[in-house]
Amino acid sequence: MTTVLLLTATGLGVAALYFLVASGLTLIFGLMDVLNFAHGAFVGLGGYVGWTVADRLPGSPGLVLGLLAGVAAGAATAAVTELAVIRPLYGRPLDQVLATVGLGLAIPALLQAVWGADARTWTLPGWLAGTVGLFGARIPSVRFLLIGLAMALLLGLRLLLGRTRAGLVVRAGVEDREMVTALGIDVRRANLAVFALGGAAAGLGGALFGLYQGSVSPGDGTSLLVYAFVVVVLGGAGSITGTALAAVAVGLVQQYADYASASLGDESVVILLAAVLLLRRRNLRGRPA
Amino acid sequence: MSAVEPVNTAANLLELEDVRVRLGGSAILHGVSFTVAAAGVTALLGRNGVGKTTTAKSVLGLYPATGSIRLDGRELIGLPTHAVARLGIGYVPEDRGVFAGLTVAENLRLAEPREQPKAGYPRVYELFPVLEARAAQPAGTLSGGEQQMLAIGRILLRRNRLLVVDEPTKGLSPKVAAEVARALKEVAETVPVLLIEQNLSVVRTLAGQAVVLDTGRVAHRGATRDLLADPARTNALLGVSTARADPVRADTARADARGGTA
Amino acid sequence: MNTLTSTWRRGPLASRWVRAGLVFAVLYALPYSTLRIPGVFDGPLDAPGVLQLLAVCLVFAGLAMSYDLLFGHTGVMSFGHGMFVTGGMYATTILVDHAGFGLWTSAAIGLAVALAAAVVLGAVALRVEGIGFAMVTLAFGQAVAILVVSGSPQLTGGEQGETLDAGAVPAVLSGVRNTANLYWIALAYLAVCALVVWGLAASMPGRVMRALRENERRVEVLGLNPYLFKLLAFVVAGVLAAGGGVVYLLLLGGATPTVSDSNFTLSLLVMAVLGGTGRRWGAMIGGVLYGYAGQSLTRVSGSSAVAGLPGVLRGPLEQPLFLLGAAFVLVVFFAPGGLTGRFGGRMRREEA
Repeated sequence: MTTVLLLTATGLGVAALYFLVASGLTLIFGLMDVLNFAHGAFVGLGGYVGWTVADRLPGSPGLVLGLLAGVAAGAATAAVTELAVIRPLYGRPLDQVLATVGLGLAIPALLQAVWGADARTWTLPGWLAGTVGLFGARIPSVRFLLIGLAMALLLGLRLLLGRTRAGLVVRAGVEDREMVTALGIDVRRANLAVFALGGAAAGLGGALFGLYQGSVSPGDGTSLLVYAFVVVVLGGAGSITGTALAAVAVGLVQQYADYASASLGDESVVILLAAVLLLRRRNLRGRPA
Repeated sequence: MSAVEPVNTAANLLELEDVRVRLGGSAILHGVSFTVAAAGVTALLGRNGVGKTTTAKSVLGLYPATGSIRLDGRELIGLPTHAVARLGIGYVPEDRGVFAGLTVAENLRLAEPREQPKAGYPRVYELFPVLEARAAQPAGTLSGGEQQMLAIGRILLRRNRLLVVDEPTKGLSPKVAAEVARALKEVAETVPVLLIEQNLSVVRTLAGQAVVLDTGRVAHRGATRDLLADPARTNALLGVSTARADPVRADTARADARGGTA
Repeated sequence: MNTLTSTWRRGPLASRWVRAGLVFAVLYALPYSTLRIPGVFDGPLDAPGVLQLLAVCLVFAGLAMSYDLLFGHTGVMSFGHGMFVTGGMYATTILVDHAGFGLWTSAAIGLAVALAAAVVLGAVALRVEGIGFAMVTLAFGQAVAILVVSGSPQLTGGEQGETLDAGAVPAVLSGVRNTANLYWIALAYLAVCALVVWGLAASMPGRVMRALRENERRVEVLGLNPYLFKLLAFVVAGVLAAGGGVVYLLLLGGATPTVSDSNFTLSLLVMAVLGGTGRRWGAMIGGVLYGYAGQSLTRVSGSSAVAGLPGVLRGPLEQPLFLLGAAFVLVVFFAPGGLTGRFGGRMRREEA
């Protein structure tokens, strides 16, 4: 029983990370048809900037400021990417993806140049470093922080998408971008906003991944990105709720399978993906193929 | 945004001159030139695949075109779609362009103008009461006719100088098609309309002028009445005979028009 | 000079097959040359170090061609191509080291396994289109990468990779003195890739694949099933990639998990785009350039000129991937057709 609880908490914690990264990816892809390979770079940058701040300022203030710095770094980089790389290539969708591939290669290399190839240890404040007892299971406190922040993001995104005009534009744009512009709405602003928002979530994800692992390293972004792609495919492009559910499914399956046999976790995620693709005769947009 | 300028009293509101469009390496429009009158309905006719929808989309800036497309003398080519729309061109696309996952109310809210966003609602609800009744329903759950009404009603929230309406009766039962046509007729009393339509009985009731396209070029221009009164010519241009396009037998003509040109 | 260009354009050299034959003949003769190209190569062309570098370039060229069969010719973007390279490489190594099979038997089984895997994985992944397919293949590739690194280290050697049992390698292929033979094997592999890709491109399925790239619906209207032609491209590309894995294995003397990394597949994409996708020589040239740059950028990065730069500049310049990634973005922006598209007006796309 305690094992199940621990596995579930870990699975949900990992799911929270996947959701933070995948939520931006899915909105960017849904709205703009851009598969953003630079998203892993936003994650990595958020992690390193967050670590740098938290490393200078010990304790809880450092942690909070570190997370905020990670968010800001992710958002700023994403906004610059949209303005400087994606927007000039508007109307050349393949080139947009290729350019993000280039960024996805260059930025992590840049991170390595600045912060070195070795992992940097992230020391947690005392209250977060320990574990919490839950029905006899000792669950690391960080997992709760991850889950809480991911749920806050889910709630925030749902409110933003459901209750605001900007969210309305994004939801409509995911369905039919052309028609939104034909109604006199400039989607480019929505593109920029979605990129910045996705980058902010990715930056937070990077910083939290650092807390989760207790360190940051240059490959962090890329390794999270692959699972985030799986989550996007399973959850359906542009669907925040679908992404959240898929993130939970992937996180839990991975942890349970890993417990059954080491390294089975990642394989089972791929099997899950293949099974869903075989059973669901639909394309990524959720429409019947 | 841009204040609506006084309506041009000159005869021509929209002028297309030598409009050419290439898509995926092949030319779709080979120099289309025609004008849309500042009042009433101008029909854009032709068999399937001759470039009617492409013409409509290039007016909206949805396809990259060369040549000239002027609204009241103002060049539209090169403008982004949202800027074209803000100049006062309302667009009802062929597949209606309704956001299926959004509610009816949300579909309408997206189309609200910046100034006086709510001012247009009474008229839209008067024209299409069903939209008010179904406000909270996802647009995807509406019937085809209701979706068409939403697509038209949505753009009427704004003050338009021209409506571009692509096949509004497509796929609708004769009764619903007649209802949509009646609404369009009422709309056209205040706003000029460029109408793409296969249903010749609808064309006959609504359109004063007709432009016929054939493989990316204008094949005929003139009064709709004269065109439809000449069965041989109609048949040559549109592939249907006017005798069977009689309003009474509109539905069969429709079926034939589709079957014959598909 | 004038007669030369006119012979090139109109004479017997105008035939693309004759030209290709000429190029391969020159490549075949390289190990017999003692030519020195200062600044480009460290020694004469017949030096083992130079031949090894050139052989890697040729393997990358073949791999890039196999990738471009999918990406450039068919319009299918896969991010899991490296798994076939991995498959060919590791299947051969494991069969040689742990099952005691001979090298060529193992390689043949490896190719057969890759063929079967390509059919199964392609059949599943092609159920989603476009970008979805890219993500799914990325996930498959990742699964293979994890299997290789942490699946069963006693078979794959984990992160270190697995050295190929030297006893199984024929004498003519081992030792520094026989580097020329390895070079010729790499050249033969590239020739096979070229024959298969060019031959396929000129055939009926190749024309359908090109049509798929331009407009999938037009193909459906003709009553052809796009799925089958994409699967064909996926399988052929996969088997060619597995062959490249085997040749790369011989060059390295062991299997390395770097080929399973998603960055390796991305680098294949970079090669194809750099050279010009869907073109006759594009991917091949891109592969050679990337192979050369990848190996010599490390040299530039570690050179004294870079070491003398201030830290702000030195850091990024010491990262080959940073230079490649940045260069790639520039190519995408300013030379969308790739190098053969931008600078080789005569190298028209395949359909010309």
